[in-house]
Amino acid sequence: MPISVHVTGADYLRFLPEIVLTVFGVAVMMLEAVASQGKKSSLGVLALVGIAIAFAANLWAYTDGGAAFESMIVVGGYGTFFRALVLVVGFLCILTSFSYLEREGAQTGEYYALILFSLVGQCILSTANDLIMVFIGLEISSIATYILAGFLRDDRRNNESALKYFLLGSFATAFLLYGIAWIYGLVGSTNLEEIRRILAQGAPISPIAGLAAALMFVGFGFKVSIAPFQVWAPDVYQGAAAPVSAFMSAGPKAAAFAIFFRVFMISFRPINDRWVWLVWGCALATMIIGNFAALLQTNVKRLLGYSSIAHAGYVLIALTASSQVGVAAAMFYLASYALMNIGAFAVVSHVAARNERYVKIEDLAGLGRREPATAALLAIFVFSLIGVPLTGGFFAKFYVFQAALNSHLVWLTVLGLINSAIAAYYYLKIIVAIYMHDPGTATTELPPPSAGLRVAIWASALGTLFLGIFPGTLLSFVSYSARALR
Amino acid sequence: MNLLAATLAVPLIGFFVVLFVPRGKAPFFAALTATVVAFFVSLGLVAPAAASGSQFTSVVNASWVDTPGLRIRFHLGIDGISLWLVLLTTLLVPIAVWISRTMIKERQKNFFALLLLFEFGIIGVFSALDLFVFYVFWEVALVPMYLMAGGWGGSRRGPAAVKFFVYTMLGSVLMLASIIYLHSEAGTFDYVEIMNAIGSGRVTLAPSQQMLLFLGFFAAFAVKVPIFPLHTWLPDTYTEAAMPATFLLAAVMSKMGAYGLIRYCLTITPAAAHRCATWVAVLAIIGIIYGALIALMQSNIKRLLAYSSISHLGFVVLGIFTLSQQGADGAVYQMIAHGISTGALFLLAGYLEERRGSLEIADFGGIATSAPGLATAFMVTLFASIGLPALCNFIGEFLVLQGAALTKFSWAAWAATGVILSAAYMLWMYQRTFFGKANERAGTFTDLSARDWAPVMPLILLMVWLGSYTQSFMPPIDSAAAHLLEQTNMNNQYRVELAHPVPSQLAEAARAH
Repeated sequence: MPISVHVTGADYLRFLPEIVLTVFGVAVMMLEAVASQGKKSSLGVLALVGIAIAFAANLWAYTDGGAAFESMIVVGGYGTFFRALVLVVGFLCILTSFSYLEREGAQTGEYYALILFSLVGQCILSTANDLIMVFIGLEISSIATYILAGFLRDDRRNNESALKYFLLGSFATAFLLYGIAWIYGLVGSTNLEEIRRILAQGAPISPIAGLAAALMFVGFGFKVSIAPFQVWAPDVYQGAAAPVSAFMSAGPKAAAFAIFFRVFMISFRPINDRWVWLVWGCALATMIIGNFAALLQTNVKRLLGYSSIAHAGYVLIALTASSQVGVAAAMFYLASYALMNIGAFAVVSHVAARNERYVKIEDLAGLGRREPATAALLAIFVFSLIGVPLTGGFFAKFYVFQAALNSHLVWLTVLGLINSAIAAYYYLKIIVAIYMHDPGTATTELPPPSAGLRVAIWASALGTLFLGIFPGTLLSFVSYSARALR
Repeated sequence: MNLLAATLAVPLIGFFVVLFVPRGKAPFFAALTATVVAFFVSLGLVAPAAASGSQFTSVVNASWVDTPGLRIRFHLGIDGISLWLVLLTTLLVPIAVWISRTMIKERQKNFFALLLLFEFGIIGVFSALDLFVFYVFWEVALVPMYLMAGGWGGSRRGPAAVKFFVYTMLGSVLMLASIIYLHSEAGTFDYVEIMNAIGSGRVTLAPSQQMLLFLGFFAAFAVKVPIFPLHTWLPDTYTEAAMPATFLLAAVMSKMGAYGLIRYCLTITPAAAHRCATWVAVLAIIGIIYGALIALMQSNIKRLLAYSSISHLGFVVLGIFTLSQQGADGAVYQMIAHGISTGALFLLAGYLEERRGSLEIADFGGIATSAPGLATAFMVTLFASIGLPALCNFIGEFLVLQGAALTKFSWAAWAATGVILSAAYMLWMYQRTFFGKANERAGTFTDLSARDWAPVMPLILLMVWLGSYTQSFMPPIDSAAAHLLEQTNMNNQYRVELAHPVPSQLAEAARAH
């Protein structure tokens, strides 16, 4: 069958953020070869410029939204939101990386290029409207992230982290691909809306479609680290460099959730009653495993790793609600989670010192006396992770539970809320350390935070507070954009 | 400018000022100025609230979040019940600032900032008329108190404060579930709108729904009061926290729970409140007797006062769940009286601790001779606390017992043993501390200075005023409580007689109203 594709300028405009990021990523790679050793950090600045331009391109593309390249991608509020989110995540992570890489003696252009390439994949995932694009986006994003996880080549933990992530990640992607193949075999199309249309027609194929959905659930479940596919997350977050952990727990996760929701809320909506109980159980298991395992941790990065599992569980509650309110709640949740988590990881990377010697909870002891401002900002992130009002974390939890109750998920709501109260226990260990203990060796030798780090921490904190005090703006946008998934 | 908004804004402004002034004396003066100004501003709330009694006055109503599906209004107001609780707060926080100057030895600036944030939260809790806003203030008050209790005080303060936070949080999340559930039923968070909707029959909550809602709210309030058997966080937290924090925990924060019970549990879920009244009253009576018995065995003054607080708060809860006018009046009166008398007791205990470096009863003895002023002040406060006539606690406890007797006589009989026991443990403690042979190990014991008297005097005056001239305080409480009970009974009746729906004209009229 001859394929005739009609491509217009609008198609390119809607794909412009990805194009910009790719151009800048390649440019950083090329300049890496010619830049002198002392100038490598300027490549990071170039990457920041690239992200800023991509951000503007994203907004421009939104003004002329719609499907592009024969409905391979679709640009609307939903996609634009997630593109913007992952771009902000990338921006903040690069800001925290400057001083980190300097300290570890690993200042290279590749690092920034890899972040840009990873962002390309995540942007594609945000707007993908076809299972082929889903696969391509997931692979671009993942392969770059695998390398980032093991970026400090001489570090044993980094290598372990990368290897684990890579092996398990590839395995999960295989599941996803197998699911895609089944779906294509069943309905003869990879377009998300087309799949929905055909699934909505007939009962005979729906049992097998349910199986295909389960296979894809495994693939996505791994990427967003939900139980029972969460085992890799604490090891990988602990082993990877702190800014990379911040990046992995916020960006790729948000993008994977974006496509997870899109596929399940659009394509598999007709067979909703087959998967919603599975998601119910996974949401509960994820919260319980994440929170209870976190109770026992002494390493802050590992603790944040488990906490990120627990937070994935809360987002999954929003999917269980399978309503537009649920989608909007998940969008809001991922945005505020990204900000508070990057902030927390940024402070950890600051205190960790060379070779990440100080990443135990007790190493934060006395931070409140040594660096009152940094400590206060960390406290804001931690209270937001707990879900205390006037922070983004609270409103996020609130919307998720509201969505769940609107869909009459009373027990899941109550159990989720009790989980969030139990979680307070381990988060408070951080607060106890920074405010209620005397300074230890880690904090007494602490150099002041670098400018980039400070900007990243302040921006995350202000964002977290803004979402907590004036949630209206973002909430209107997400509840408007969530209509795309119906 | 709206005085309630001003009362709320002043501590918040003070908080930011304290954050940005340099260390040293400046934070103290900034905090003192802000809290004193807040107190004088709050005095302006009295006249309108006293005039109207049952209606909400000084109302603030502004839009906070306005999106389709979620509308939250920043809605605050004061009636006869919240009036005195707001005033109690604005009176006691400056006193806490005053005593912190000597009792808090390090990082004073942080402490003052937290103190102001705490005041902001508490005033919000007592005046919120939107359940969402109420929850926000509820938690905003919790965080600074957690940081104060955990940051300053005894060596085991960290774990004690975490226990306090997690306990409270477990209760509050269940309240949050109830609030969201109520929103999905009534379509609004606004307390006044919800009451109108229930009153006019637009929203009806089935008994099973009411029970769920009631239990969610009750969990949060019962932990905060605390009601037996949820009290286990209290002795540790009270004992380990620094004295100014304990002072506020006992005098102000314990009223949050009781206020929630009377404001929300009775009116929103009247059927469930009626159904559970007996159980709650029994728990309250167990708390009264249990707290008093344990207090009898304590060797540490601070721990003794903590358990006595559990006992006294039992009266408040009992009064509320007699569901009678006397009981409710007495409960609210007892909240104020308890705030002042227990606050003063902790304050004086703080002076004892400053002078001796310990609060073990065994370390004291015979100090009345060297510190007659302190002994006298302690004596008066102690008499107020055990409910001697003409002092503040007498009125509250008497009314509560009267209400209890009217509802069920055996309740009053059991609860009255608590009064006797409180006289026993208090007087025994006083005797061992102030009389008898002077402790040899101890050096000289200085009496109260003018600076120490300053916060004590107004409290003693208030104990006498509250105890001897109830007319100044009772009318607004009485009319607000009457209105509240009327709503409770009407909504309960209406629910019971659901078989005969209200004629539509009546519902229409209510809507128009």
